[in-house]
Amino acid sequence: MQLTLWTYEGPPHIGAMRIATSLQNVHYVLHSPQGDTYADLLFTMIERREARPPVTYTTFQARDLGADTAALFKNSVRDAYTRFKPDLMVVGASCTAELIQDDPGGLAHALALPIPVVPLELPAYQKKENWGASESFYQIVRACARPAAAARPARPPASTEGRRPLCNILGPTALGFRHRDDLREIKALLGTLGIAIGVVAPLGAAPADLARLGEADFNVVLYPEIAHLTAQWLQRQFGQPATTTVPIGVGATRRFIAEVAALSGLAPDAPSVTAALAGSTLRLPWYSRSVDSTYLTDKRVFIFGDATHALAAARIARDELGLAVVGLGTYSREFARDFRAAAETYGVKPLITDDYLEVEREIAAAEPALVLGTQMERHIAKRLGIPCAVISAPIHVQDFPAHHAPYMGFEGANAIFDAWIQPLMMGLEEHLLTMFREDFEFHTAAPPSHLGRHVPQASPPAANTDPTRWADEALRELAKIPFFVRGKARRNTEKFAAERGISPITLETLYDAKAHFSH
Amino acid sequence: MNHSPAPPPIGLAPDALPVLRERGQREVFCGLTSIVWLHRKIQDAFFLVVGSRTCAHLLQSAAGVMIFAEPRFATAIIEERDLAGLADANDELDRIVTRLLERRRDIRLLFLVGSCPSEVIKLDLGRAAARLSARFAPEVSVLHYSGSGIETTFTEGEDAALAALVPVLPREADDAAPSLMVVGALSEIVEDQLARLFAEIGIAPVHFMPARRAREMPPLGSKTRFILAQPFLAETARGLMARGAQPIAAPFPLGAEGTSLWLGAAAAAFGIAPAALSARLGASEARARAAMAPHRAILAGKHVFFFPDSQLEVPLARFLARELGMELIEVATPYLHRQHLAAELALLPPDVMLVEGQDVERQLDRCRAAKPDLVVCGLGLANPLEAEQLTTKWSIELLFTPIQGYDQAGDLAELFARPLRRRARLRI
Repeated sequence: MQLTLWTYEGPPHIGAMRIATSLQNVHYVLHSPQGDTYADLLFTMIERREARPPVTYTTFQARDLGADTAALFKNSVRDAYTRFKPDLMVVGASCTAELIQDDPGGLAHALALPIPVVPLELPAYQKKENWGASESFYQIVRACARPAAAARPARPPASTEGRRPLCNILGPTALGFRHRDDLREIKALLGTLGIAIGVVAPLGAAPADLARLGEADFNVVLYPEIAHLTAQWLQRQFGQPATTTVPIGVGATRRFIAEVAALSGLAPDAPSVTAALAGSTLRLPWYSRSVDSTYLTDKRVFIFGDATHALAAARIARDELGLAVVGLGTYSREFARDFRAAAETYGVKPLITDDYLEVEREIAAAEPALVLGTQMERHIAKRLGIPCAVISAPIHVQDFPAHHAPYMGFEGANAIFDAWIQPLMMGLEEHLLTMFREDFEFHTAAPPSHLGRHVPQASPPAANTDPTRWADEALRELAKIPFFVRGKARRNTEKFAAERGISPITLETLYDAKAHFSH
Repeated sequence: MNHSPAPPPIGLAPDALPVLRERGQREVFCGLTSIVWLHRKIQDAFFLVVGSRTCAHLLQSAAGVMIFAEPRFATAIIEERDLAGLADANDELDRIVTRLLERRRDIRLLFLVGSCPSEVIKLDLGRAAARLSARFAPEVSVLHYSGSGIETTFTEGEDAALAALVPVLPREADDAAPSLMVVGALSEIVEDQLARLFAEIGIAPVHFMPARRAREMPPLGSKTRFILAQPFLAETARGLMARGAQPIAAPFPLGAEGTSLWLGAAAAAFGIAPAALSARLGASEARARAAMAPHRAILAGKHVFFFPDSQLEVPLARFLARELGMELIEVATPYLHRQHLAAELALLPPDVMLVEGQDVERQLDRCRAAKPDLVVCGLGLANPLEAEQLTTKWSIELLFTPIQGYDQAGDLAELFARPLRRRARLRI
């Protein structure tokens, strides 16, 4: 058993729901107890979707367990088919139904419906939401794309035929973190490059569209957590290569453009590639070089999220904003190996966990000046009085802003600059706070003036409970250090003193320790 | 699905309101969802759900928009190795509870809450609670109940939690003076108002169940009379009667009329003359009616349709029909407790369509065909119905808002009027 206050991912059938809801003309019959229908509100309230997810729940109760839950399931499938007339049906079980072992796939098959029925086996006690989404997408694509593929002759490269290169975009889903806006951004970028888009899947694709997946020259994988498995299969099946760069951040977007150009057979200096790279609305590089951003230099940042967004955030933080990555973690265990390798380049020990309490401990210990995390880390940061920006699912109503707010492409980079910098104290304000710490309005927990709502719950400056360790004067000096580095300063100084047998710690010790640790 | 005629209900005339009983997809929460308010109600209680990732996900999704402090609930997620017998579930539970109680030393009452998976694998939480209670006594007492979806619907989770508390309520001496127990989680402001009203009409002592702290739970004995403040507390009522307490039957304290009838039933049980009562409550009731008047102007004559949700539907329908002049198209409720609702059902218009249970697709068909002015429904249905140009009131708000008593009657009416006012107001 695992003690869980908050969970970073839902169960795997929620992932399947995200795929079914993304697709058109697909219906999902979920064998599940009463209450599992809560999942509808994720889509109708958090994402504000105008239609219910295309999901029928059998909603069995205790009295059904003694009777015939298999018959209940079959009736639900039959009724759902009659009512919704989908082109494809997906069937499966949620966690409780998995325990009663009714075999939804076999039961649905026995009904001999005149449409493809895809059974999903999603082990609810081992796997989680993203795995469930990935597996569901893969199974549905397999069911749809294979027959068309057999009839399709191998295609010569676009460049030799003189036609526009054609790609699919894989990965965007319902309830995806900024997927709606990322998709718009990437479509525009591919348009600039002169690349035609075949199928976008799963978001908006019908089974008939999935059948055409094999027609494209290559696949653009936006979210490996969702689409990596499917892209690998398409590569094996149809010889379609797939992109490996996720275009989040300036550098990654440029590499993505180069990768896509190469896959399309476009010359690196082709006019369309030059136009795409120019990014006429890109502002992040200049804003980051602008002198007022100097105060960002080496600000300590702790990063946690899904693998894709956490790694992208680390790259942007270090290379594009000049921050210091002091913590890097993910809850995407499926990507642990790649993640570990990437984390090495930042010189931090990667945190791979889905235990919220462990993340909380690590953040507290790292004493960052900024947390880039999920809604969960927002809670932690709020409690610790640290500014925070959200970079990844789990999804929240605030992740569906009314305005266009991509994370991908050059506009995504601009949006990231704003979203991450905004919670921080502005440069001169920070200086004033440090210089005039005794000003009565600059109390130790003073928040950035432009963030009235963000009131840190930092602990008050410690009273001198142990005068043998700290001289009063030194402790007063310590209180003048900004709160987000004070804890670290205190610990370093105490360590410095302990190693040298100094007691009590005086002003001199404090500054000796400061000099010692500054190199 | 089944247009079965209602069986002759107990305690009502044979020609009493017929009920359409439906079986099909239920678009309702499970009982775990009650934790979202219960964990704030009892300030030193903690709710540990023993369940799956789905349970944890439900709680944070249902509560996600509301939690701004660390929640006093968590989930012990059952994993593959627990099911495969590689880990002893009881050892695991003990380890988790120990870690939890070390982290939250302010906890005095821990509820182990059963879920669908824990029920299906027959995890004995009763024994676990007894074992852990012995281990952590006297600092922490450990109780258990089931909030599983296979056994409970939404507010029945509160019923199960309160029913678990009944056996451990302190015993009141048999020669104690008669006391009144008000049963059901109410907001603090409502409790305080009701306490003042009871004092004014001369009923004392009055206790609220559950109390705000674990150590302050009310005493219970043969001289205890209890009155339900919520309509979904059947098991709790049964437990209280089993311990000798005497029930007071009444409509529920929603609206001016409902509050007067509710207080009146309590007063009658304590031998207070009706004349004395109306002299003391007249002003409060008049104030409630005045507060409702502007909303009545908006709501009167409008048609309302209830999807099943919290079991508050019947009392709310009575309130909307009698005090605000609304027309009831369909009043659906997850369960119809005829006994606890007898006084309410008697006040409903005779042609009302009552539905017990749900087949959500068929009900949506009826709703669309009826084109009501206002649909009361859960969060999963509200936006899709709004997108179809229907006006909705999300029902979960009726559990998270103080709505009982005279001084909330206007607020309650306003909750129903607001969606209509808003639709009329927007120019977009």
